[in-house]
Amino acid sequence: MTPAKINSGNSRKIISLHLAVIVILFLLQFVLPEYHHLTMTRIMILAIFAMGYNVLFGYTGLLSLGHAMFFGAGLYGAGLTAYHLGWSVPLAFASGIIAGALLSLLVGCIALRTTGVAFMIVTMMLAQVAYLATLYFTRYTRGDEGLVLSQASRSFEFFGATVDLTNPSTRYNLSLALLGITMSIIYRLVRGKTGRALVAIRENEPRAQMLGYNTFAIKLKALLVSGTLSATAGATFALLFAYIGSSFTTIQYSIDALLFTLLGGPGTVLGPALGTFLMFYLVDIASQYTTAYLLVTGLALIFLVLYFPKGILGTIKHRWLPWLP
Amino acid sequence: MLKIEQLNAYYGTVQVLRDFSLSLGAGEVLCLFGRNGAGKTTALKSIMGLVQRTGSITVKGEELVNLAAHLIPRRGIGYVPQGRRLFAELTVAENMTIGLMARGLMTSGIMTKDRAAETRKKVLALFPPLASRLNQVAATLSGGEQQMLAMARALCLEPRVLLLDEPTEGLMPSMLATIREVIMALRHRGVAILLVEQRVEAVLPVADRVAFIENGRIKDVVGVEQLSENHGRLHKKYIGKYIGISQ
Repeated sequence: MTPAKINSGNSRKIISLHLAVIVILFLLQFVLPEYHHLTMTRIMILAIFAMGYNVLFGYTGLLSLGHAMFFGAGLYGAGLTAYHLGWSVPLAFASGIIAGALLSLLVGCIALRTTGVAFMIVTMMLAQVAYLATLYFTRYTRGDEGLVLSQASRSFEFFGATVDLTNPSTRYNLSLALLGITMSIIYRLVRGKTGRALVAIRENEPRAQMLGYNTFAIKLKALLVSGTLSATAGATFALLFAYIGSSFTTIQYSIDALLFTLLGGPGTVLGPALGTFLMFYLVDIASQYTTAYLLVTGLALIFLVLYFPKGILGTIKHRWLPWLP
Repeated sequence: MLKIEQLNAYYGTVQVLRDFSLSLGAGEVLCLFGRNGAGKTTALKSIMGLVQRTGSITVKGEELVNLAAHLIPRRGIGYVPQGRRLFAELTVAENMTIGLMARGLMTSGIMTKDRAAETRKKVLALFPPLASRLNQVAATLSGGEQQMLAMARALCLEPRVLLLDEPTEGLMPSMLATIREVIMALRHRGVAILLVEQRVEAVLPVADRVAFIENGRIKDVVGVEQLSENHGRLHKKYIGKYIGISQ
């Protein structure tokens, strides 16, 4: 079989798999009880955050400990404009995304001068600056206490129809639509030239440079995509759940994105979404039985590292399904 | 094609190359011999802009010394480093694709789909064993196949100058013959090749000239005919002296 035929066969399998995931998630809303309906909405938004994180960590090999700042940029970019300036939902959403993109470029220009542990530290420090800024400008952000968007500011007109973001079904389907778009963006990115260059950098950056790639520019592009997707998740979260607080910019949220990705499988399109789902429910179920739920989560992670060292989907890809993107 | 003049290279404050000068014509194979630590690999890294250096390096008259490292391959210089440095988790086809994409970045090359396919075909014709392993992950190839892939990836750039750092390292004799055949084929196509080697006997049959390096300086440059015509005397003078092989 020629490589072209193999690739075309794989593409069909990959597209079918991703479509199946979207269809299953769509159908789930009709059978899920209210609590799990809401939980799945949150999971889908956090999955977008983790998938964005994965572009930088899983595909490019850059471990950031500051992605909460991008999530926060989206959250505050959308939330503050809706709360203080009375911007409509679409405008506030766009401002959240733009805030994330601009912050990504700025952070990239500073942090990408470093690599390895230094990159982790620089991103963590910059995220800490962002967190402290949300506490410092309490007059606008109300710090830890946060802001709650009014019900009136959470509906908008779309081609003559009123879209009400307080409606659980609307929130679920909007989250699902954004998850689908994110999947598609990442799939196209990683299967294209940029994706291959990202993997080349992850595998051996000096070698990629010796082949003529401007690795700084490619890494900046990866950080821009990664940060903007994370900000999209933040903006969505602010507008769908109407709460904007500084707790979303703490290092805990950066670590969450890393854990979701590690659990599901870095360097796979669906891995971070699967990791988000499993981690969310693991914490949820464990906390019903014990207050030491983080201990249960930790043990589960040790088990996974021993038996699924590349994350769940990463290990499946490595052992059985090499065509997984 | 390639002209190096008064090149000095440094690792921090330590100077490794001193007034290093060489020239290489189109379709010429020049072997650089020397003891361990003499500066052979540093010379190649200097050309690629991977170490701090001063002096002049020109390709077809274009100065390279002031260019950023990623711009140098785009001027038509391919580099196969020691130890192969493949993208281990990618397949053979993907490793080659990355090389072909890099060709698309070059100032002189517009990489259409047809041209990429043609280049890939030409490169695979030089390394037939790779053609049947396109979907195999690079890390699982044998040492010889990995060396072929490293060379194949560099050739996807369609270089005018190829730098090879110990391409025969750790290879069995049958593989040496393949590497020699590829070098000969490239020479016929007009590619200038600068070859760093420890195994003198493995590459002398394909070389046009030999340069000897000691303590970062070029000590002698001689034609291969000259080396073999006066084998006894020259062996002692060059080979024994510069790379430690006794007669």
